[in-house]
Amino acid sequence: MDVVFLSRIQFALTSAFHYIYPPMSIGIGLMLVIFEGVYMKTKLPLYKEITKFWVKIFALTFALGVATGIVQLFGFGTNWSRYSRFVGDVFGSALGAEGIFAFFLEAGFLGIMLFGWERVSPRLHYVSTILVCLGAHFSAVWITIANSWMQTPAGFKIVGEGAQARAVVTDFWAMLFNPSSIDRLVHVTLGCWLAGIFLVLSVTAYYYLKKQHLESANHMMKMGLIAAAISLVLQLISADITARGVAFNQPSKFAAMEGVYKTQGNASLSIIGWVDQKNEEVKGLKIPGLLSYLVYRDVQKPVIGFDQIPVENRPPVQVVFQTYHLMIAMWGLMAFVTLAAFFYWKRKKLHRTKWVLWCLIVSVLFPQIANQVGWMTAEIGRQPWIVYNILRTSDGASPRVSAQQVSLSITMFLVIYALLFVLFIFLLDKKIKHGPDLVEPQGEIVPVYRNPFKVSQGGKHE
Amino acid sequence: MTLALLWYFVIGLCVVFYVVLDGFDLGVGILHFFTRKDEERRVFLNAIGPVWDGNEVWLVIVGGALFAGFPEVYATLFSGFYNLCMILLAGLIFRAVAIEFRSKRESMGWRFTWDAIFSASSLIIAFGIGLSMGNLIEGVPLNENKDFTGTFALFFRPYPILVGLFTVSLLTMHGAIYLAMKTENALQQRIRKWAKRAIAVFICMYLITTVTTWLIMPHMMQKIKEDPYLMILGILTLLAILNVPREFKKNRDGWAFIFSSGAIFFLFCLFGMGTFPNLVRSTINPENYSLTFYNSAASPLTLRVLLIIVLIGVPLVLAYGTMVYRIFRGKVKIEHTSY
Repeated sequence: MDVVFLSRIQFALTSAFHYIYPPMSIGIGLMLVIFEGVYMKTKLPLYKEITKFWVKIFALTFALGVATGIVQLFGFGTNWSRYSRFVGDVFGSALGAEGIFAFFLEAGFLGIMLFGWERVSPRLHYVSTILVCLGAHFSAVWITIANSWMQTPAGFKIVGEGAQARAVVTDFWAMLFNPSSIDRLVHVTLGCWLAGIFLVLSVTAYYYLKKQHLESANHMMKMGLIAAAISLVLQLISADITARGVAFNQPSKFAAMEGVYKTQGNASLSIIGWVDQKNEEVKGLKIPGLLSYLVYRDVQKPVIGFDQIPVENRPPVQVVFQTYHLMIAMWGLMAFVTLAAFFYWKRKKLHRTKWVLWCLIVSVLFPQIANQVGWMTAEIGRQPWIVYNILRTSDGASPRVSAQQVSLSITMFLVIYALLFVLFIFLLDKKIKHGPDLVEPQGEIVPVYRNPFKVSQGGKHE
Repeated sequence: MTLALLWYFVIGLCVVFYVVLDGFDLGVGILHFFTRKDEERRVFLNAIGPVWDGNEVWLVIVGGALFAGFPEVYATLFSGFYNLCMILLAGLIFRAVAIEFRSKRESMGWRFTWDAIFSASSLIIAFGIGLSMGNLIEGVPLNENKDFTGTFALFFRPYPILVGLFTVSLLTMHGAIYLAMKTENALQQRIRKWAKRAIAVFICMYLITTVTTWLIMPHMMQKIKEDPYLMILGILTLLAILNVPREFKKNRDGWAFIFSSGAIFFLFCLFGMGTFPNLVRSTINPENYSLTFYNSAASPLTLRVLLIIVLIGVPLVLAYGTMVYRIFRGKVKIEHTSY
């Protein structure tokens, strides 16, 4: 295998593994702000314990996020030195801002959030929690902007030629708010929220099933379901805007996402399918005209297909098509589980409805899978470019790094990451089984379905 | 040009912040294995518990600042030092998770394993930083395209190894003094003994390294020969270093720590003075192939944006950094939220 391909594998591997954790931190961060906010308002000890419980899980995901994140920072320079030289002027400033504005905020106040319970006032502790959550969000902001610039470059000019060529910023704000920045930022953030929210739902459903920590579980379930419902609706809107942005800004990616070969009106949207690359068509369940309608709000308008894109500029179709559709399917599953849970919650039967509880437990995987395959769509769909229409991926790699070196480092990362993943799951499982530190009766209690702000003053159960 | 020079100093300052701050928790990591009792190891971990994360962010800042301000240096350094980077990365990953994982289970085997990993990775990172500095002083083979053309074995030349060992001794001393500040009673007495030894070892290493540099790295002394007033930096370094044992003997650990941090600062001043204006020195053709702050800088607009970001961001970072250190000042107390 050539060194460019190996470097791509390494970057994909390290990014994919890294991207398990920050979305959870961001999502849990949001839930922490909500939980501790309710505690500040109601002063119920229950909420303090719930917050403390999730702070510990946050710390675990954060530690892994940091450990794997440093690899990402080095990864551009080690394996993509030509790319780094080319984009340093643009990409670097966003990365610098990320460090200064996001990482310090997060790391600095994490100490207070974790160890400061007895050292600072509740108010300052809550402020720290909010700042940690903000820091987590900021870190998503800058890296997504930098990546969006690679998708839809703007605000720069190219200086020099051949191996000396590089992109130089001419308009900082145009670079920052390039055509896809905001769309993708919202899309990514919502994906992160869902990752955290469904972890909360999954843990809560597990407590229902085990009949443990039921009081905490009731509160977490209600808030989790509401947060999930809101985020899922927002994500649907954001997905529509983002996909239309791709259709306008990156037609080659969009053609791959839907397997569009011929540019024609009344283009159909595939629900599920398989791209027959030989006959240049998609086999599967299709809705005629819907794609044209979704992109242009007009059934007649043609969607650009591969016939307008030179062969050497086309991304691999099958994998982009499948990852994209898998991401959408994951949204469908999340929506279904949330609806089912709400349905039984309203009928006060959720804690007894085992199949829904099992679905909720598994549902922690749905946003994770959606995040992973969503990024695969974005990154593989941009190929063969590393900076869309400007720099080819094959021209971005490090000229002095050998295939043997990269094979070795891939092996190293595979071993370390496999080990870390096993340990992460092991410790997460241990923390979840331990649950919130709260003296509460165990066993058969009918969960209380009431306003969480009023429940359990004095620990009454109905 | 002026902007690039300013950015050069910003990065220099970030490196100093990194080595002063993460330096002491690397030192604590190295010392971690010298104590045997679980209770004491927990004290060590919790001495750095609330702050090590933030300290390590300075390394991310250095990387980001290089990428942004000197993309050529970032690209050359990280792709050229590929294998070394990978080893350091493995060290950083293991160190971060060891701190987090270690106290999560009661099992002796579990704790022993993570203690060993924590200590070893701290040692490797400290040595690796020194090794890299040594290589930057001696220079590496850069060709006319500013690409690294050496092999992995090249990093382990005698001089860089010496600087690596020197750095380990420096950070061990720095960490020992920090621990003396954070502990009390019998444990503190024991750490004070270690710290005295660490100071003695460091001063020996300092003398050896200085003399060696004087003898075999003439380009590091070039500026002093041209402008003898720069000798003052060397004298300040020596004064800072000699004040460390003086203050420490008087039981003024806080002052000893400040002078130890000062020593790090002045050592970097000497490093900067000797290597200026180079960031990466080429051994093939030091005059023309080296990466300097002016031939590797980003565009003026980017540098201006970066400086604005730093002007807004760094005061904020320092303000709440100080706040965090104030909140967790004083001796370590093991609480139920501790590691």
